[in-house]
Amino acid sequence: MNGAHDMGGVHGFGAVVPEPDEPVFHADWERRVLALVLAMGATGEWTLDAARFARENRPPAEYLSKSYYQLWLGGLEQLLVERGLVAPAELAAGRSLRPAKPVRRTLAAGEATGLLKRGRPTNREAPRPARFQVGDQVRAKNIHPLTHTRLPRYARGRTGTVTRVHGCHVFPDSNAHGHGEDPQWLYTVSFPGRELWGAAADPTVTVSIDAFEPYLEPAP
Amino acid sequence: MSRAGDDPHRAADHEHGSELSETQLRVRALESILVEKGYVDPAALDVLIETYETKVGPHNGARVVAKAWVDPGFRQWLLTDSDAAIASLGYGGRQGEAMVALENTASVHNLVVCTLCSCYPVPVLGLPPVWYKSAPYRSRAVADPRGVLHDFGVELPADTEVRVWDSTAEVRYLVLPMRPAGTGGWGEAELARLVTRDSMIGAGLPKRPDVR
Repeated sequence: MNGAHDMGGVHGFGAVVPEPDEPVFHADWERRVLALVLAMGATGEWTLDAARFARENRPPAEYLSKSYYQLWLGGLEQLLVERGLVAPAELAAGRSLRPAKPVRRTLAAGEATGLLKRGRPTNREAPRPARFQVGDQVRAKNIHPLTHTRLPRYARGRTGTVTRVHGCHVFPDSNAHGHGEDPQWLYTVSFPGRELWGAAADPTVTVSIDAFEPYLEPAP
Repeated sequence: MSRAGDDPHRAADHEHGSELSETQLRVRALESILVEKGYVDPAALDVLIETYETKVGPHNGARVVAKAWVDPGFRQWLLTDSDAAIASLGYGGRQGEAMVALENTASVHNLVVCTLCSCYPVPVLGLPPVWYKSAPYRSRAVADPRGVLHDFGVELPADTEVRVWDSTAEVRYLVLPMRPAGTGGWGEAELARLVTRDSMIGAGLPKRPDVR
């Protein structure tokens, strides 16, 4: 989706402001949100891609005015309501008002370290040969899906070079919406800065994205 | 997601805003609902928080970099099979399942960003700092990387090639900065103290040996 989250190349946000000795969390509720998101993610009731879509799929004014963990909180609440795990009335009341709907699994304390350590690799067996190889010139398709995608707007319609082939990986565009993992070949595609930003751009700059095969077509 | 200066994260330092109290209450309410329903185990939440607050952090990545600085075999391994090399030091897992190490040289500087969210090599760097998740960084790193580096006080020679890596899939990047001059004979542990988090994102350079 063309949401406010897709920020590459947007003007007007000002300078980057690093914070010396930044703490891991700036408030206790941020800790709690992170842990709740991870623990609920471990129930298997939704995928990481679905969680990302829930966070980005907000009106731009809301997305831009919320802090990072506030967006996580809003995304989590939305997923819980959509999946029927928590009712809006319960969120409003701040307590459980009806029996729990069973979840696939509940993360036990003893499993938490192992869960983080194992991670959730997204590489999958290749269902078909790769369409592109290193050195190929490719163009990112000019597409504007209303659904989740990991093709940033600034790359669409632009021509670059395949510089790495990462094997097949879970396709977020499909996986975010419950349509299965649909593994796709994943490539690093490098674009000259001038191809993305025009003749006035810094000639020493290249920008690489990791692009799934359905995002790409042979360069004309 | 507004500019970092008035980011609500900053206000959290002195929690006086009504918006924040409301957020705190909302989080507390949500947590009790999820615990009451048996969806989450409070003890598991504590383990998750403790892991990110005390165990996983940039000291992990600093160890990887320092080893690559002193051990050419490890350096080569890190650059050709980052996952295996990093795993050999005991790091890996969530948000670091597919790692790629990027080597800075005298002619190439690498900078990592996620324009779409906050993708970050968590097992080696910990959770991302606020600036990495902020709109100024995400918007400008791909279009004006030298301007972003300027914000961090880094000025590169005009002919240095700047390679920006936008983490748009599950591949996570770790920058291998250049070993500072004047560190000949230094051991791994000593070198690791020069490796900053920002230098492993490409937004900074390692500390100089004379400012230890």
